Amino acid sequence: MRSKTRRAALAVLSAGTLLLAAACGGDDSSEADESTITWWHNSNNEPGKGYYEQVAKDFEADHPGVDVQVSAMAHEDMVDKLAAAFQSGDLPDVYMERGGGELADHVEAGLVRDLSDDAADEVEKIGGSVAGWQVDDKTYALPFSLGVVGFWYNKEQFEQAGITELPITMDDLYDVIDKLKAADLTPLSVGAGDKWPAAHYWYAAALRSCPEEVLTDAVGSLDFSDDCFERAGDVVEELIETEPFNAGFLSTPAQEGATSASGLLATGKVAMEMQGHWEPGVMQGLTDDGKGLGDKTGWFPFPEVDGGEGDPAAQLGGGDAWAVPEGSPDVAVDLVRYLLSDEVQTGFAENDMGLPTNPAATGAVSDPALAQLLEVRDAAPFVQLYFDTAFGESVGGAMNDEIALMFAGKASPDDVVSATQQAADEEK
Amino acid sequence: MTRGGWRQRLEILLFVTPALALLGVFVVWPIASAVRMSFYRWKGFGPMEDFVGLRNYDRVLGDDVFRDAVAHNVVIVVASIVVQLPLGLAIAMLLNRKIRLRGLLRTIVFVPYVMAEVIAGVIWFQLLQPRYGVVDGIISAVGLTPPEQGFLGTPELALPTLFVVLTWKYLGLAVLLFLAGLQGVPDELYEAAQLDGAGWWQTQVRVALPLLGPTIRTWLFLSMIGSLQQFDMVWVLTGGGPANATTTMATYLINQGTQRHNYGIAGAASVVLFLVSFVMALAYQLLILRRDTVTQE
Repeated sequence: MRSKTRRAALAVLSAGTLLLAAACGGDDSSEADESTITWWHNSNNEPGKGYYEQVAKDFEADHPGVDVQVSAMAHEDMVDKLAAAFQSGDLPDVYMERGGGELADHVEAGLVRDLSDDAADEVEKIGGSVAGWQVDDKTYALPFSLGVVGFWYNKEQFEQAGITELPITMDDLYDVIDKLKAADLTPLSVGAGDKWPAAHYWYAAALRSCPEEVLTDAVGSLDFSDDCFERAGDVVEELIETEPFNAGFLSTPAQEGATSASGLLATGKVAMEMQGHWEPGVMQGLTDDGKGLGDKTGWFPFPEVDGGEGDPAAQLGGGDAWAVPEGSPDVAVDLVRYLLSDEVQTGFAENDMGLPTNPAATGAVSDPALAQLLEVRDAAPFVQLYFDTAFGESVGGAMNDEIALMFAGKASPDDVVSATQQAADEEK
Repeated sequence: MTRGGWRQRLEILLFVTPALALLGVFVVWPIASAVRMSFYRWKGFGPMEDFVGLRNYDRVLGDDVFRDAVAHNVVIVVASIVVQLPLGLAIAMLLNRKIRLRGLLRTIVFVPYVMAEVIAGVIWFQLLQPRYGVVDGIISAVGLTPPEQGFLGTPELALPTLFVVLTWKYLGLAVLLFLAGLQGVPDELYEAAQLDGAGWWQTQVRVALPLLGPTIRTWLFLSMIGSLQQFDMVWVLTGGGPANATTTMATYLINQGTQRHNYGIAGAASVVLFLVSFVMALAYQLLILRRDTVTQE
């Protein structure tokens, strides 16, 4: 009896020790092995997944002795895992950065490696697109895909409503909305339940209302006192007052399921939705035949606003970039440089995985909608990073919340600016 | 001290250690780190060194969204008691009678409670879709007009709708507990009351109800704590929207923490939520549940 108790006690004690060991462990891989590098990406569907596996194999073939461990994850999983990795400081050697304020925070905490010199050729080749990933003139990540936001529309429904010309100004857009309503069609869907799709309207309006310097300054100084920000709110408020949105838009999610904003466009329940470059892919996933809107898909940029001081050709957008943590081996930088090479970016474009940033790959995009976006993006004098990304989660989140309130009729253009400014002041 | 006493203590220590270790790692340590976090400005990475004292608490308590969240929690607590208690009692008393299909009815009432909250939430979310959902379809079919922006998209309707779904989900627990309590009432008492000339209604009110006291008080406690911590259903149905009409303390702290990376503020909000729940639980234990333990002695 006694020996039994003792054995049980021993088992319990060792279980406890194991538990403690498990709780304390996990940081033993920070001393990276020069020959093994880890790479996290979010292309977890074919053809992207297979393509990146091949890329890793090709890289290993060119670098004998190097082992690339690839982890393909669903986007949301990757975001969660990265947040945990940042907390523990145990980061993969190559990972994705969205740029803007989030990257600036990572840089300030000394977590991201400066690539300005190590990848100078690539930085030069990518050109202006790299701006969103620069902090104090140094480049910390190389964007491999950069898209722009605009209105995706259903060509068939536009025809049905007798719309022959795409809107150039806000007044044109109101005409389009009236015509669609007259034809008994719902003009727009917006996933205001997720907030950011609603906020994109305000961002786009601010881009048209504010001169480039004001926007660039605001990202650095977090000063929103220029009255163009309030005028941007006026533009959005005016649009909301025309009641163009799908029923229940305040609780509509962005892209989950057939009744989401993207689902409504994909299934012909609404005529337009303002969304990013990923929309055709999202819509394909939301229809039974996997085609989304197919040939009926059309696109036009956010219209000009009255008295706007912004360049009408400037576009709102964002993308993903490869970054390397501080302390990772040089061969990780080599992998990032390889990922931005003409060869890999061309394959990336051929597989319709995004909008390549390396000009050598421009011609390889086969999807007509994406090819059109690429043209618009490259013709833009500058691409403004989504404001929530540019300002970081804290300020961006406060701004998105207030803009969502405006869509619910519970906040004025002035409220949006002051809530954003208040959150920004907390950061200083 | 005898040798046996010493051995007994060691034995107790050995058996208690694993439980204490689990409690320490999964309860005490997280609480302690949340408290610590609440005194810093921290974005979720890098060293935690920007000490701000009580500033995060000031921001949380001064934030209208958080105050609204507390109000929503209180509404859910009170409404749960006012609606679910009488409804649960009535259904339990009905199902305690020998009626046909009793087993089936009991199962039907209890099924929502067994269902995973997120799955139930997703189903309700689809049922409540404006225009294309089943609920709107039924309302239109009987000739009424469903709300233009849907039940979940109209700020004024979102919280009541949420509460209806929560009642559907949790009524089963109340009924189950009350049924168990009623089953504990000895038949002799009913017979004695009947002999004294009491009708069904009188027996229920004068005999069954008072004897249900301890069960009702336990349910009240569970209901209150559950309402204060309400998260899953809100997150799935509305995410706290529209226009912050359904935020709870839990959705507020998740929003501040994982969405906005204001971990200090999230920490402060979680400490406030913890204190509110803790104080209420303790007060309830001391003032109300104590009666039950005392009478049993």
